[in-house]
Amino acid sequence: MKQANTFNRWFARGWLSAGYVFLYLPIVALVVYSFNDSPIPNVWRGFTLKWYAALAQDHELQAGLWLSLKIAFLTACGSVVLGTLAAFALIKYKRFFGRTLFSGMVNAPLVMPEVVIGLSLLLMLVSVQRAVGFPERGMMTIWFGHLLVGMAYAAVIVQSRLLDLDPSLEEAAMDLGARPSQVFWLVTLPMISQSLMSAWLLTFTLSLDDVVLSAFLSGPGATTMPLVIFSRARLGLNPSVNAVATLIVVIVAVGVLVASWMIANAERNRLRDLAEASRA
Amino acid sequence: MTGQRLRAGWLRGRALVIAAPYLWLLVFFLLPFLIVFKISVSEMETVQFKDLVTFSDGLLQLTLKLSNYAFIAQDALYLSTYLASLKYAAATTLLCLLIGYPFAYFMARAKSTIQPTLLMMVMLPFWTSFLLRVYAWKGLLSENGLIADLLIDSHLDQLLAAAGLITAPGRLMHTPFSLVLGMTYTYLPFMILPLYGNLAKMDLRLLEAAADLGANAWTAFWKITVPLSKAGIIAGSMLVFIPCIGEFVIPELLGGPETLMIGRVMWDEFFSNNDWPMASTVAVVMVLLIIVPLAVFNKYQAEAQEARR
Repeated sequence: MKQANTFNRWFARGWLSAGYVFLYLPIVALVVYSFNDSPIPNVWRGFTLKWYAALAQDHELQAGLWLSLKIAFLTACGSVVLGTLAAFALIKYKRFFGRTLFSGMVNAPLVMPEVVIGLSLLLMLVSVQRAVGFPERGMMTIWFGHLLVGMAYAAVIVQSRLLDLDPSLEEAAMDLGARPSQVFWLVTLPMISQSLMSAWLLTFTLSLDDVVLSAFLSGPGATTMPLVIFSRARLGLNPSVNAVATLIVVIVAVGVLVASWMIANAERNRLRDLAEASRA
Repeated sequence: MTGQRLRAGWLRGRALVIAAPYLWLLVFFLLPFLIVFKISVSEMETVQFKDLVTFSDGLLQLTLKLSNYAFIAQDALYLSTYLASLKYAAATTLLCLLIGYPFAYFMARAKSTIQPTLLMMVMLPFWTSFLLRVYAWKGLLSENGLIADLLIDSHLDQLLAAAGLITAPGRLMHTPFSLVLGMTYTYLPFMILPLYGNLAKMDLRLLEAAADLGANAWTAFWKITVPLSKAGIIAGSMLVFIPCIGEFVIPELLGGPETLMIGRVMWDEFFSNNDWPMASTVAVVMVLLIIVPLAVFNKYQAEAQEARR
């Protein structure tokens, strides 16, 4: 019996380790080969920083990065607002006209193939443009597409937090005479702020990463960073891609670790406040 | 008086909360899709599409051009591409389940102190660029790549070739093998997370009860743990299967000429052939393919949410 338990424990550890190696190996390989001093990718010829130096001259990539950051920022802000509204509508109001259609539309962009979303949005925007001469394809149309998908992700995250909320807190505020808007800003919003932050970060990275929607919705002169990377990766292995990848991995890892540390800290403070409040 | 005003304000707030996202989705999600459907049954004139409903000489006419659908149904290329997409998506889902279920299970049964770290480590790759992670596999699997060398040195490539997963020993890239590997890698977290969420919630006293009643661990696992995690299995499988059908980036970077998938076909119809009605038709059929799994997914999501209330 005891032997079986040790075996099970080691099997579990082995499976988990193998899984994590599978998840992280490609990322590690990307980083390592970004320092490879060899014109032939995959053949190690010593350490170099020349691919990073080349990035400083790479104006195509820099312009793409700047555009992507702008779109990602706008997408994250818009998604959190629209996603929170949608989550509220679904959780707080059990009955309204067309609720089934609404909940279906909120969830559908999560799994709908991006090629379909991209094509349909583009065809609609083209029809509108033919009718009224607006909007030009470019940054704004890409933003529309990213916002559509980002909103769905934000709605899922905020919904799951709203489900965990204790409704009696909001009811108490209302009994004490707070107006609905006051209840929202003073009671509900502080309690869901962490989920808003995760939703913001997630939609930001999703937008920063998107190829398919951007390819459909971009216009002349609006080439996002993933589009630049994708067109290079299609042609073959390219050390400049590895160098960009390494920078992104480092920035994201630091960002996520800092954010999760802040979230954990805020949670600890909240629990401490709760404990003190109940003692008092 | 104040009560009335309060009530009116509340109703206005409610209307706004519902209407803003609702309108946005109607305009940017439903309407575009209806337009795609319309174009798929429209005659293409030089630059404009003919209106479906025309009124001339006192005659109201509805023109539906169904030839695109008929063409897709008869053409062997489209049919085999749809089937191939379903096949690769199913293979990916199965692999994700085989790797992901034990993974999620061991995560959920690990010490509760390290579980947040384990969870975080599953999420972290998900935050780094998906495009770059797929690109990384290109490096690992192409000539002299780390995994390519490993497989070739251990002669596993001959096994893969014998199974028909790669074209010839030594060539791993642009094969069904590289495609399914890339998709499994990308979508594995989508399988693990719902399964973990489900398994971590399970009441472990049920297993103790089973043990008290004489079931061994294996029986208890199959009779209790697996049936109880059904919702997680379905959610995870759908989250992998549905997006895989329409996947474009992974087949483009890791697949080859023999692994044509439907997302790529639609892309080519649109960007290379400029045939908008045909691209729209392919898109509509793609949506018809995923609508059943989507309905299953939505039903289970709704039930899971109800259960949490």
